[in-house]
Amino acid sequence: MAQLVTTPNFFAPDDFYERLIAMHRDLDERESAAVNARLILLLANHIGDAEVLDEAMRLARGAAGTPAPPTSGETDARGAR
Amino acid sequence: MATYANPVYETRRAPEIGAAASRRDIVIVGAGPVGLVAAIDLAQRGHAPLVLDEDRTVSVGSRAICYSKRTLEVLDRLGCGEPVAARGVRWSVGKVFFRDALAYRFDLLPEAGHRRPAFVNLQQYLLEESLVARAQALGVEIRWGNRVADVTPRGDGVAVTVDTADGRYGLDATWLIAADGARSTVRKRMGLETAGQVFHDRFLIADIHMTSAFPTERWFWFDPPFHPGQSVLLHRQADDVWRIDFQLGHDADPELERQPERIVPRLRAMLGDDARFELEWASVYTFQCRRMQRFRHGRVLFCGDAAHLVSPFGARGANSGVQDADNLCWKLDLVVRGRAPESLLDSYDAERGYAADENIRHSTRSTDFISPKSAISRTFRDAVLSLAPEVPFARALVNSGRLSVATILAASPLCTADRAGDFAPAPGAMVPGAAAADAPVRSASGDWLLDCLGGDFTLMAFGPVAGPAAVRRLANAAVPCRVVQVGGNAPPDVLCVDDLENAVAHRYDGRDGTCYLFRPDQHVCARWRRFDIDAVLAAVARAAAHLT
Repeated sequence: MAQLVTTPNFFAPDDFYERLIAMHRDLDERESAAVNARLILLLANHIGDAEVLDEAMRLARGAAGTPAPPTSGETDARGAR
Repeated sequence: MATYANPVYETRRAPEIGAAASRRDIVIVGAGPVGLVAAIDLAQRGHAPLVLDEDRTVSVGSRAICYSKRTLEVLDRLGCGEPVAARGVRWSVGKVFFRDALAYRFDLLPEAGHRRPAFVNLQQYLLEESLVARAQALGVEIRWGNRVADVTPRGDGVAVTVDTADGRYGLDATWLIAADGARSTVRKRMGLETAGQVFHDRFLIADIHMTSAFPTERWFWFDPPFHPGQSVLLHRQADDVWRIDFQLGHDADPELERQPERIVPRLRAMLGDDARFELEWASVYTFQCRRMQRFRHGRVLFCGDAAHLVSPFGARGANSGVQDADNLCWKLDLVVRGRAPESLLDSYDAERGYAADENIRHSTRSTDFISPKSAISRTFRDAVLSLAPEVPFARALVNSGRLSVATILAASPLCTADRAGDFAPAPGAMVPGAAAADAPVRSASGDWLLDCLGGDFTLMAFGPVAGPAAVRRLANAAVPCRVVQVGGNAPPDVLCVDDLENAVAHRYDGRDGTCYLFRPDQHVCARWRRFDIDAVLAAVARAAAHLT
């Protein structure tokens, strides 16, 4: 069972961080959001393992807590868009 | 409409008007695709179902247009697959566009050696015409212009009150199949509800008559230049009729959007100023993903849209309704004949309830992709689409509708589990619960494997493993089972199937001695590596709810 690595795993953390910020240079908020989304999708596919991804999403959401279940359940969601 | 005039079916004064209610074994409410499929299936099994429909014609407007391979295979078993497949427009390639470029293309049926394509497109009224013709040829009584006003369940059946132009009358139905659609009167009169999600995005369907060089493919646009910010779906139907589905958003005014003055400019923007077309039919709709909690209420059985509703993306409405009827009718047949306990019908609810959940899940996910409900959802959706042309994994995330295939009923109580180690797990394997895969063969029953499986319990054996005594014992069991043999010389009363291209052996992982047991709806319910008559009899008994 694969586990999310939370101990330092970068060879050069400062180099990575600098490149992450540089990736967004000259982009407006919308463009940055799009780039982030693509980056997440690329990395998520690379990882593949559902348990690792679930754990990462749980940690990323942090204090916001567990989200409500997907809307495909039995409850009536009139008013949902 | 330019290409179609609805027939008006004859209606006669019901003999029960002004007289006592008559007793009927099976009454079917609704002569749409689902009710008609049920009527044909039951008639083929020797019953005399009575069909009631409030209208006197087939579907007005093309409505459901995509019929899946599984639906065509069910129709083949019911003797009316050919006219539908012949008249329908075949397609298996879909293209997805994002803004002004192709994001990716898919082929739903990359494998040869199947009688039917992944899909045909056909106007619902043309499908219904074929079904009505088949039902009438079998002598099914369809009472057009007969509207159900009330239903009252009783211990041993259902009292039905019917309104007609000539007056009101009563029927006592032993069994009632409610196939009366999304606004089911039967459901309402029984005080039953559906639960689920209502979506507020409005969509416009425009059917146009147009001679065009567009290929026969499913084209789906996300955010195209001719309809910015929304999605558009293009499908070809028979007789040069094209279906275009425009997403309008939640603010759209349905009355306004229905007007040709609004629709034609949308079509012009899409098709160009030179395109010549006539508007055939248009409708503005919203949709819901909902289901009844249970599909069986005593002697009343709910099928199709009456029982469950999905979005149109994925063609899971009519196709799942046909699978409902396919699942129900053999069970009802055994129960009415006293060959199976009534509890067999609970498996209809279990199996088709599971299928409805699967359909609703797929349909809801497609809807969330097509019509994102938050800014971040849209950001991810667009990220997926922008990656799709160059990065293969992203294509798997593009969801413009996961198209209907037969539900695999693996968790059904009617299935007998494989013996450990007998069959290797593989994608597309014919596991217990799967609908039979077709294959080209030669036999006295036809040139396709599904023709050989028929509409009864059938054991398919690879090689001469079931001797004449075993074949007789299976044929004479409480729930009879016939035998077909793939390869080798077969004993009398056993249909011999010549596996010309080795496709049966390949698709079923068959080797000498392998046996598959099919239910009357052609779903696998058990399989073995060697023939054991007691195991086969036990599996038939389990599939007919004779649990010991």
